[in-house]
Amino acid sequence: MAKLDSIQQNLLQQVADIHEIPEGAFSLRVNGESFGIQSTEHIEIVKKTDQPGIDIYIKDGTKKESLHIPVLLAKTGITELVYNDFHIGRDCDVTIVAGCGIHNGGSEKSEHSGIHSFYVGENSRVRYIEKHYGEGDGNGQNVMNPTTKVFMEKNSYMEMETAQIKGVDSTDRATTAKLKDGATLIVHEKIMTHGEQYAKTYFEVDLDGEDCGTHVVSRSVAKDHSKQLFVSHVNGNNRSSGHTECDAIIMDSATVSAIPEIEANHPEASLIHEAAIGKIAGEQLIKLMTLGLTEKEAEEQIINGFLK
Amino acid sequence: MLELQNISFVVPGEGGGKTEILKDVSFTVSERFVAITGPNGSGKSTVAKIIAGIEKPTTGRIILDGEDITDLSVTERAKKGISFAFQQPVRFKGITVKDLISLAAGTNISVASACAYLSEVGLCAKEYINREVNASLSGGELKRIEIAMINARSTKLSVFDEPEAGIDLWSFNNLIKVFEGMYERTKGSILIISHQERILDIADKIVVIADGTVAQIGSKSEILPTLLAPTGCRYTAKEGNGYGKA
Repeated sequence: MAKLDSIQQNLLQQVADIHEIPEGAFSLRVNGESFGIQSTEHIEIVKKTDQPGIDIYIKDGTKKESLHIPVLLAKTGITELVYNDFHIGRDCDVTIVAGCGIHNGGSEKSEHSGIHSFYVGENSRVRYIEKHYGEGDGNGQNVMNPTTKVFMEKNSYMEMETAQIKGVDSTDRATTAKLKDGATLIVHEKIMTHGEQYAKTYFEVDLDGEDCGTHVVSRSVAKDHSKQLFVSHVNGNNRSSGHTECDAIIMDSATVSAIPEIEANHPEASLIHEAAIGKIAGEQLIKLMTLGLTEKEAEEQIINGFLK
Repeated sequence: MLELQNISFVVPGEGGGKTEILKDVSFTVSERFVAITGPNGSGKSTVAKIIAGIEKPTTGRIILDGEDITDLSVTERAKKGISFAFQQPVRFKGITVKDLISLAAGTNISVASACAYLSEVGLCAKEYINREVNASLSGGELKRIEIAMINARSTKLSVFDEPEAGIDLWSFNNLIKVFEGMYERTKGSILIISHQERILDIADKIVVIADGTVAQIGSKSEILPTLLAPTGCRYTAKEGNGYGKA
């Protein structure tokens, strides 16, 4: 397999916390093409033949294994749409690390749109980590539009951590989920936008099964002239519990809209939504300044803590 | 030594008028423990904020060890060695107790050191060290963490605004031990705003502020009897803090 160059290695570090090709199962996509695929005894990765993307089959009972599927774009002007389907068997316990890093040194737009579908088998636990990162000194835009579809079988559990902290000019994120009896979906989203960036994030969770539940928590910071829109719908279609929370810090001339919606279609659905948008409290800055931090250092500490 | 010289603080009042919060306040802090007491609304907390640099006096000067610090910012005064424990501590989403103590200490301290500061204020360190300083902590817990932060700073002047509020379950003796330990470490001055007789009782000097002016200054033996005498209760009767009931 070819070697990654230093820009690609840095992107890989940013989105997957690794420098080199990982051990275990992985699929690495670089500049719009598959760079390497490695299956293991329990995790089989198969290239799709009808469209770009892969099918991932995780065997029943696979425990304590991880799968890395990073995407790197280091050329300007690439637009790609990839379909990745995750078929997770019963009684599994796996960690999946995805993520997209764009280094756009040119003047054309670089865009990656990934459509990820998760079929989580009965009693399985999945931890899904997705980081998005952009960089580059050109004028070209970095655009990422991830779509995540989650189908959860009985008593399955999925925890999704998504982060977009830097360098993505425009993003339109959509996550939909359908939960059967006893399934649990936890989502932690972190977003920071600056400059003229735009981020839209949309969640729709159908609590179809008895005693299923979800927590959707989004924390974001909007700086400069950036714009953010958070929309969530949680539909309680059975005896279930749902909680959706959007917490945003707004700075400079940024704008943030939060539209949390909950819909109870069953008398024993218990649903909560919370949304709070505000600037950093003056007393928080002053407290840290009395410890000897400058106003700017205090602001950084507060934001880092908030997005930690 | 800290010196307040003729401090006044005026804010816009109702109907376009002006309200004088502090009028010609002067006193020095060079002793080990100095207490400021007086009725609620008399301007005590404003004095503390003016010392920390959070409020700027309308007139008057603040001198620290011979240097005029009146025009210095909050950050600059902190770096000169002034610490300030808020009456109502601030909450932070995502920032942990250890983060705050590290920021106070000015370095990323070890878990063991952070635990030592917490144990000193009567908190079981293991349970608190990684907790976020958010709404899940009670007011009393936050007050103790606030005191632990001042301990971690160890500066030559530490200002406490009503440190006893909300920590009733923890005995005053322990709070006083913390102040004594702090003095042993810093050999500086500790300025405490308090209504509590047992805290006033350790003061080397007591400053009584009423209606925005210094009503009395003197040693504990001079001031305490006037506060505790039946006729001396004029500052506390209506607010029910009750000197002598500690």
